[in-house]
Amino acid sequence: MPLVDPEFLAEVKRSPAFNAEACLNCGVCSAVCPLEIELLPRKLFRYVLLGFKDRILANTETIYSCLLCKMCEANCPQEVSIAENVRALRFWINKKVFQL
Amino acid sequence: MPLPTKETIGILADNLRLRNSVLPLAQKAVTRWANGLGLPRGGETIIYTGMMYQLAPAIAAMNKTQEKIEDSWLANFVGMGRYVNKVVNISAFLARPAQTMRSYCERVLANIAALLQRAGVECGYLYEDELYSGALIYDLGVDDLFERHAWKVAKVFEKYQVKNIITVDPHTTHLLRSVYPAVLPGPAWQVRSYLEVLAERDLKPVSGLDAAVALHDSCLYARPEKIFEEPRTLLSRAGIAVREPANSGKFTLCCGGPAESLFPKKAVARAAARMEQIRQAGEKAVTMCPLCLVNLRKAAPASFSVEDIAVYLGKAYLP
Repeated sequence: MPLVDPEFLAEVKRSPAFNAEACLNCGVCSAVCPLEIELLPRKLFRYVLLGFKDRILANTETIYSCLLCKMCEANCPQEVSIAENVRALRFWINKKVFQL
Repeated sequence: MPLPTKETIGILADNLRLRNSVLPLAQKAVTRWANGLGLPRGGETIIYTGMMYQLAPAIAAMNKTQEKIEDSWLANFVGMGRYVNKVVNISAFLARPAQTMRSYCERVLANIAALLQRAGVECGYLYEDELYSGALIYDLGVDDLFERHAWKVAKVFEKYQVKNIITVDPHTTHLLRSVYPAVLPGPAWQVRSYLEVLAERDLKPVSGLDAAVALHDSCLYARPEKIFEEPRTLLSRAGIAVREPANSGKFTLCCGGPAESLFPKKAVARAAARMEQIRQAGEKAVTMCPLCLVNLRKAAPASFSVEDIAVYLGKAYLP
């Protein structure tokens, strides 16, 4: 069972640009991802919204593999700022985990 | 063992913090492309390279080294490399840019400046005062460092009283036009890609080119910056038949370049898949981004030509 950290969303959400809650989990983003990363981004965003910090930490490579090419954004029916959300996760990892 | 993410980002961030560039370059290597072009220093309108084309040969060389380190025992020493790099610039030892690639990228930049001059655009250049835009550090999410660097860039523009910025690559265009305004409240410049500037001018080709090329759109140009008609207009006016790969325009597929710094093998795999689409569309490829150029060339067979669009435009529109 993943541990739930109720503060995690607030830690990651630095600005209104982080809009993971708009995601409907339709899966279009995963279907069009040129890296064919099934996890990105809908599951990652769900992990953040649910406070599953350990699941995010277990998927660090996936988070840094994202090309930020915005193909997913061009197809997202909810206009989720997917690339910006991924960057917000990177910023959080850089600060809290990597101490950069 | 993959390249250690923390240490690799750490080295790139340290370089920007200490040396103003993710891969520090000798000053003359940055400005050599402008020799003999007579570009005035500064001015209201400037050509801003963001150092991306100058960095491309170093990035290509560094990738070769990284590919050797990735999944080898050497990956264990990247952390130690970070400590050494704080004192001595290790990238100068790890990657020696190929002379042919350096000359090629200088020719691309010289062509762009000459094309702008021929189109009647008067623009200056900041020479050794020009700074890298911070594009890679922004992508990697080191936002506090990126914001501090963006202020440094803004101060240089302020010093020269710059009002109009003509960019030459998609990463710098996107950063200056769509990202800087969000992190730098106050300064405002008009930012346009040279492709936009040239396309709106009625520039007549000097010699028509009888060629057909598969056009690879840049993700950042095509999607956030909506620049995809301009390269087609310029190539078509020059008599070049533009062939469209399976994914093009707004739905172009990434070349994999952004993965190069942390996951070289993933970058190569993505480039190979994109190259397949491009080769099905035409016998030659045209790119408009230095990272696409470097990454797609790695995936192309030796007999397959991948050229920057400025090379074709130079042949068609310059005497």
